[in-house]
Amino acid sequence: MNQEPLEKPLYINLHARLPYAYSAGRYVSRFLIALRDECKILATKCERCSIVLTPPRLVCNQCYGPMKEFVEVGPQGRLATFSVINFPFIDPFTGVERPVPYGYAIIQLDGCSNRFPHFLRETDLSRLRIGQRVQAVFKPDGERTGAVTDISHFEIIEP
Amino acid sequence: MPKNVAIIASGQTNHTSRRKDVNIPEMIREAVDRALTDAELTIDDIDAVVIGNMEHFEGINLSDMWASEGSGAVMKPCMKIATGGTTGTSVAAGAYYHCASGLFDTVLAIGWEKLSESDTTAGIITAFDPIVERLTLAGAIGGLAIEANLYMTTYGLSQEHFAKAAVMARKNAQNNPHAHLKHDLTVEMVLNSPMIAYPIHYLDMCPTSDGACAVIFASEDRARRLCPRPAWIKAAVCRHNHPYIGDVWWDRSTLESAAIEAYKIAGITNPRKELDVIELYDPASYALVAWIQHLHICGPGEGGKLIDDGSITMEGDIPVNPSGGVISTNPIGATALIRVAEAALQIQGKAGARQVEGAKTALATGFGGSYWNEVFILSDRL
Repeated sequence: MNQEPLEKPLYINLHARLPYAYSAGRYVSRFLIALRDECKILATKCERCSIVLTPPRLVCNQCYGPMKEFVEVGPQGRLATFSVINFPFIDPFTGVERPVPYGYAIIQLDGCSNRFPHFLRETDLSRLRIGQRVQAVFKPDGERTGAVTDISHFEIIEP
Repeated sequence: MPKNVAIIASGQTNHTSRRKDVNIPEMIREAVDRALTDAELTIDDIDAVVIGNMEHFEGINLSDMWASEGSGAVMKPCMKIATGGTTGTSVAAGAYYHCASGLFDTVLAIGWEKLSESDTTAGIITAFDPIVERLTLAGAIGGLAIEANLYMTTYGLSQEHFAKAAVMARKNAQNNPHAHLKHDLTVEMVLNSPMIAYPIHYLDMCPTSDGACAVIFASEDRARRLCPRPAWIKAAVCRHNHPYIGDVWWDRSTLESAAIEAYKIAGITNPRKELDVIELYDPASYALVAWIQHLHICGPGEGGKLIDDGSITMEGDIPVNPSGGVISTNPIGATALIRVAEAALQIQGKAGARQVEGAKTALATGFGGSYWNEVFILSDRL
């Protein structure tokens, strides 16, 4: 038997298709349905400390009080921070490469206490600054499916 | 009362971008063998094993089972801990708790990752809410980029400050035989490298590495008998955060909260003066500049000044990341454990060319998604 070290150890390719189905729960379902049917962004308000959070949830993330009241937030807000993503990578949502460049925005929606991440149409850094006013752009009727992608992106509404 | 615990030995692979010559258990075995050699022990002397990595990266689950022949856990108690980027410090905390509880005397902590066998960015995205936040997230890089932009804008720092940190880290790495990236860089080279996610350039970001780290923890009696200069654990504190990126409050840092608690436990009142060396989990160069303020090494926004005046270089009063840090070496499940191992090497005086002369008190951190942190303080005395 040849005992010499191997020049080229092998790599074994494995491509697995792993389908998943996630339960959105009652609160996030209502949020997704409002995006789809009414082009509205819903949040929940804490009974105890009055904080407003999106996506809606059962329990306040600050005081652990109950969140029962649904309120509408946005569709306008400000850029809390942002980046422009230039590097290509496989999107686990679709299994294919996500198109780059894309604007990645963390948005402080009007009337909301926490922030909301989404796509930003603008990718020219010279036209972007933290604090800028932005607005949600919804997909047209008939194309919305009950997903965060029912908002296609946010756009800048002040220079 | 918890028992006193020390780190008595450690071992690391020579981290690199692709270990073609070994499979996962073989790579782990290499780090374990080096730790056992360092301790002058055999696997029979180990009471229990704590192991971790980012399981969704390689698609290999149950690493406690799967790697048992590499880890030496066969017919021993073994616990897997996986907490994302902090896995290495969580594994260290687990081994510390094992010994501090009095249930075990000699415990082996292992962190490993073979990032060449995975898609890191896609893997990290799967750690986040599939319905609301996966859509836009660009893995660790996107999440760090938005924080870097906010930090830079808030305190009026420039990308040049971050580039200087990248140059310093890769220079320090040249003294570390285990480090992955050891380039001679200039600020211009960093600033001219591709902008992968504003304001982070390619050379500002950590690499993806293959590697493993093993650290041996021992209870007080055992440590004193086995090791002439143990690195005593003075504090181990963890702070988690909200799951949603949109919920993270950047003004309520988990790192600062953990550091304050760790200083209290360790009796440290002036960290800048009392700490001799820091091994900070810096996934991108801006973090090295930004996060030392959360450790109260400088005031808000003053990290840039410490870069400019050389305070955190090997020649400065408080060297940060003599090992080269995460932006030089990043086998993710091992990365935070390497911070703890490197801090222990400094205390033990075994850090070779990267040794900070006379280091007596060291701090190590672990960072993970979404924005949580762990802080360890090690000392040469109890």
